[in-house]
Amino acid sequence: MTVFVFAFYLFAVVAVVAGLMVVLSKNPVHSVLWLILTFLTAAGLFVLMGAEFVAMLLIIVYVGAVAVLFLFVVMMLDVDFAALRGQMARYAPVGGLIAVVMLAELATGFMAWQSAEGAAALRAVPMSSEVENSRALGMILYDKYLYLFQGAGLVLLVAMIGAILLTLRHRTDVKRQNVIEQMHRDPAKALEMIDVKPGQGL
Amino acid sequence: MTSTDFSIILPEFLLAAFAMAALLGGVWTGKDKVAMPILWISTAVMLVLGLTIGVAGGGADSAFGGLFIADGFARFAKVIILVSAAAVLAMSADYLNRRGLLRFEFPVLIVLAVTGMMMMVSANDLMSLYIGLELQSLALYVVAALRRDSARSSEAGLKYFVLGSLSSGLLLYGASLVYGFAGTTSFAAIITVVDQGHLPIGLLFGLVFLLAGLAFKVSAVPFHMWTPDVYEGSPTPVTAFFATAPKLAAMALIARVVHDAFGQVPGEWGQVLAALALASMYLGAIAGIGQTNIKRLMAYSSIAHMGFALLGLMAGTAIGVQSMLVYMTIYIVMNVGTFAFILAMERDGAPVTEISALNMLSKTDPLKALALMVLLFSLAGVPPMLGFWAKFAVLRAAVDAGYVWVAVGAVIASVIGAFYYLRIVYYMYFGTETDPLDRRMPFVQLAMLVASAVIMVAGSISLFGLEGAAMAAATALVN
Repeated sequence: MTVFVFAFYLFAVVAVVAGLMVVLSKNPVHSVLWLILTFLTAAGLFVLMGAEFVAMLLIIVYVGAVAVLFLFVVMMLDVDFAALRGQMARYAPVGGLIAVVMLAELATGFMAWQSAEGAAALRAVPMSSEVENSRALGMILYDKYLYLFQGAGLVLLVAMIGAILLTLRHRTDVKRQNVIEQMHRDPAKALEMIDVKPGQGL
Repeated sequence: MTSTDFSIILPEFLLAAFAMAALLGGVWTGKDKVAMPILWISTAVMLVLGLTIGVAGGGADSAFGGLFIADGFARFAKVIILVSAAAVLAMSADYLNRRGLLRFEFPVLIVLAVTGMMMMVSANDLMSLYIGLELQSLALYVVAALRRDSARSSEAGLKYFVLGSLSSGLLLYGASLVYGFAGTTSFAAIITVVDQGHLPIGLLFGLVFLLAGLAFKVSAVPFHMWTPDVYEGSPTPVTAFFATAPKLAAMALIARVVHDAFGQVPGEWGQVLAALALASMYLGAIAGIGQTNIKRLMAYSSIAHMGFALLGLMAGTAIGVQSMLVYMTIYIVMNVGTFAFILAMERDGAPVTEISALNMLSKTDPLKALALMVLLFSLAGVPPMLGFWAKFAVLRAAVDAGYVWVAVGAVIASVIGAFYYLRIVYYMYFGTETDPLDRRMPFVQLAMLVASAVIMVAGSISLFGLEGAAMAAATALVN
């Protein structure tokens, strides 16, 4: 067993187990921590495939930003997970039945799986191994799939507009800082000097 | 990537650029104070763009390495989408303004949704299909929850979002199976690997998942659950929008996928579409009977109508696609008119949506009652209104393609469905006297209502070249 194969099985098994634990652990904070482990092992798998750029992206963006954000949200939201779970138990039999039927159907489908001739060649590494990862990604994202990249940008723009439209409220009952007003305050008008005599007070 | 590519996607590019310019303009100037000008400018831009695309014509060009295609079919769909979106936006101005819902983001989101729809009908690849679909859907989820202080509107938005994400998941799963089989996401390449008349089971699974995801967008049974609640909960102008342009965009996308990617195996998807069509027609016809809210009723009505449109598509012929396009166009015109009326349904300045409020409308407002009666007859498919000819066209296409039993089922469903439309007519002319509705109706809405009703009558004499244009569009898709 080479190091490569060993590393693959290590990452694969850990990824599956950690993925299971995300769903199974009782404490939502633990779920997020397991999720981070899943991302890390997935990044390891990407490295094994020679996609080091995506692997680093996964660690920086998903582990560094998204998962930490999740963690904050989970800790700040006061969600009663026990009650949610109680609801889930009520629908579990029906849902489970549908899942089993679906799984059986898909299994029969994949048992008879066949690909078109030449599909494997089409799916294989689209760029030659001479080109480095980031360069290959750049050529795909900004050149070949420019249309999709810009389209995805529009989708994100809509998401941003939507988030602002649905949540931003201009409250009139709160005091806001007005910098211009602050800078133009005149001490002569704002301050009143009073000479307080000793022992008398105001 | 050359300037040719950009000249082919020029309409989408201009519309997206306009949306961003309008957004910046709104943010920098008066925010919601400039909402009204932005709304009218958006209406004008979409109308002009739609008419320009319609007049310009041209051949079939694909851009960006086959990700995008601008052919006769896409152009036909774009014209209808742009013009109907402009019509709905124009008639929603007054309603939104009076309810304090007119935010300047609303027209911007509608324009972006329309951009997404144009990308959908021009998609020539599974990836561009998905991007267009998501752009459209995401904008629609947001506008469904536009009245954010109302629990119903928020529920509508959230329900639409959750179920929409689920359907996107199904669609993506199907797309990944198709990719797994073909090794490519391009429709033009997929069709070359699909053997004549034979589909391996894995690819069939992919096709079914794809169709399930798309059927959700046209609210075909059994993927219709969201429709009544979303139609009822959303602000009425948004409901009017849901019932028109997005339906055509999704229907055109289904046509594009089944013909461009799976055109070799019409029998395989024909049976899926036949099942969807039959279930939609019957559920729409039967579940609509018990409704007392006119917006819910229109939801069931749209489910039934989608069944009929799928009937044309199911045939798998150029005539079938043509009848679907004609059907959808007529359906959109009917819905614009009907929703123009629903938008103006008010009592003492507050909107009402109960069907019982229409009692004896013929006495208080004979013109509106007459126009609505024409529209309802047309929706029910009573000859000689245009709605009958639309149904006739899809039924003929289905019979010609050998789906006689489905066509017979469709006729029966149409008779059942006629009940709830005719019941409204009964209320309006022979109902019991109740508090009358306000007679106030803004000019734009009245114009839409009357124009739509006149088209329904006049259209049965001449379709103004619609059939020829739809035929040209259909032959561009099916060859």
